[in-house]
Amino acid sequence: MSADAAQNSMDPTGLANQVRPRIELRDMTLKFAKQTILNHINLTIPSGQTVVIIGESGCGKTMLLKSIVGLVAPTSGQVIYDGQDIGRMNDVEMTGLRRKFGFVFQNAALFDSMTIGSNVAFPLVQHNIAKGRQLERMVSERLAEVGLPENVSFKRPAELSGGMRKRVGIARALILNPELMLYDEPTTGLDPIMSDVINELMLRTRRDPSVTSLIITHDMRTARKVADRVVMLYPFARLKKGENQIIYDGPPAGLDSSDDRRVRQFVEGEAGERLMELRRKEFDGFHETPMLADKYSS
Amino acid sequence: MSLPSTRNDSFHAGPGFQEALYRWVSDWGELVVDAMLTLGDMAIFAGKMFLWLFTALPRKGTILPNFYHVGVLSLPVVALTGTFIGMVLANQSYTQFRDLGLESRMGGVINYSLVRELGPVLAATMLAGRVGSAMAAVLGTMRVTEQIDALISMGADPIHYLVVPRFLACILLIPALTIMADFMGIVGGYFYAVVMLGLDHYQYLNNSRNFVSGWDFFAGIFKSFFFGGIIAVVSCYRGFNCQAGAEGVGRAATAAFVFSFVLILGIDLMLNIFLESVFRTFWPHGGSKLI
Repeated sequence: MSADAAQNSMDPTGLANQVRPRIELRDMTLKFAKQTILNHINLTIPSGQTVVIIGESGCGKTMLLKSIVGLVAPTSGQVIYDGQDIGRMNDVEMTGLRRKFGFVFQNAALFDSMTIGSNVAFPLVQHNIAKGRQLERMVSERLAEVGLPENVSFKRPAELSGGMRKRVGIARALILNPELMLYDEPTTGLDPIMSDVINELMLRTRRDPSVTSLIITHDMRTARKVADRVVMLYPFARLKKGENQIIYDGPPAGLDSSDDRRVRQFVEGEAGERLMELRRKEFDGFHETPMLADKYSS
Repeated sequence: MSLPSTRNDSFHAGPGFQEALYRWVSDWGELVVDAMLTLGDMAIFAGKMFLWLFTALPRKGTILPNFYHVGVLSLPVVALTGTFIGMVLANQSYTQFRDLGLESRMGGVINYSLVRELGPVLAATMLAGRVGSAMAAVLGTMRVTEQIDALISMGADPIHYLVVPRFLACILLIPALTIMADFMGIVGGYFYAVVMLGLDHYQYLNNSRNFVSGWDFFAGIFKSFFFGGIIAVVSCYRGFNCQAGAEGVGRAATAAFVFSFVLILGIDLMLNIFLESVFRTFWPHGGSKLI
């Protein structure tokens, strides 16, 4: 286990001692069929903290986020929100709890059959919080907050660009003033300028000290800009026996000087050993093909 | 002196054969287990849907669009196919009835077949093809683009929000579509037999009146409720359990139609047996079948 992983003492920033934990993952394991996605994850996130989760594709980042909202049930272990085990909650309790969450999906997940206005208003209508003029006003305010003009509310999601859809997704997630914001790759597929606009929006929600944010991203600029704390997950299938799946848990500034080579390689975007590993696998699989063997032996 | 061997030496049940046998049994076993799991899963899905149906009103704004898609937009295609089925039936039966000298009885046979069997099954088939596949594709796309997850994350139940309105639209509007298919089939059959083939107008209608009763009409409509329910549950289930990607959505849409169609025909047979036994219980000597 690396030194970074060894300091995986639930909260390296020390905030947990000062503020009560908002989310606790206790020994959480998630398996699909025979495949282990998350293995004995322990993570404590204090209220008001912005945590960025990084890691290779397929390491279980999205599943971790979905298990917090109750979209995926852990195979074992607990997900604790404000001291309550969400695995023990019934449907009514879970629905009540979800009012406190705002989830920004990877591709925004806007409802195609609805206008933008109806999409943003959906949580308010669903929980009978507002209607009529008040509803329209709240929707307009949220759209303005994410920098979208009011006339957008009459358009359909298919008529908007990727960046605009992401911003609508953020407006929809923010409309109930959530305690917990979850972002699944909010800047993926966007140009650098639009990515920065989204980063600024995430920073804006951070100003409210009661809002806790969990952000999944591959974009190191985003991680450095918005994170209080960075957690790096490593794919379970490639871990050595007994190794912790969280290979880094600390402030963003410590990423570059991490003891773990895998963390530094990820941050710098170098394939390094991973490329060699892929080549070795390809070579092993096709060792009887002379052309391929020649190619890699040379 | 050794006895002649009774064993057929050309057939040797060696390890290869055993392995193939095990594989065959294992494959069939897997298929049966999968089918049972799917049926059980579908039953749980339908149970949840009925629970929502009887405990909460559907969300405002979800009913009318579904009624429009299922009812209004299906009406032209059901009417058109109903007309052609009536005409084809008249065309096909004419030659055989003429050879037997029974062409005056054609009205009864055509209309009885239409009202009792072809109208309901045809309307259900058209609905499964037009609406069922579309439902599976829409819900499948919502599944793969995380829209269903988004619904859940915002505190909405996807079965209540998406399935209940579709189920209501299917079971409440399929009787209307069946009546339309029956009516247009009768018109088409009459047009082909009387206007094009020149059969006697009075005999055609009089025979229809003698053969077709209110019970037959009721039986057709009664069956259609079940067909509508099957289409909604199977299609929504397939959409909800769609695999990732465009291919997954395509497969869900195809499977929705195929499963619905097979189930419609199977349930049709069972309902026919059931209705026949009900009829025999209440009218053991035949009777006038209600009207």
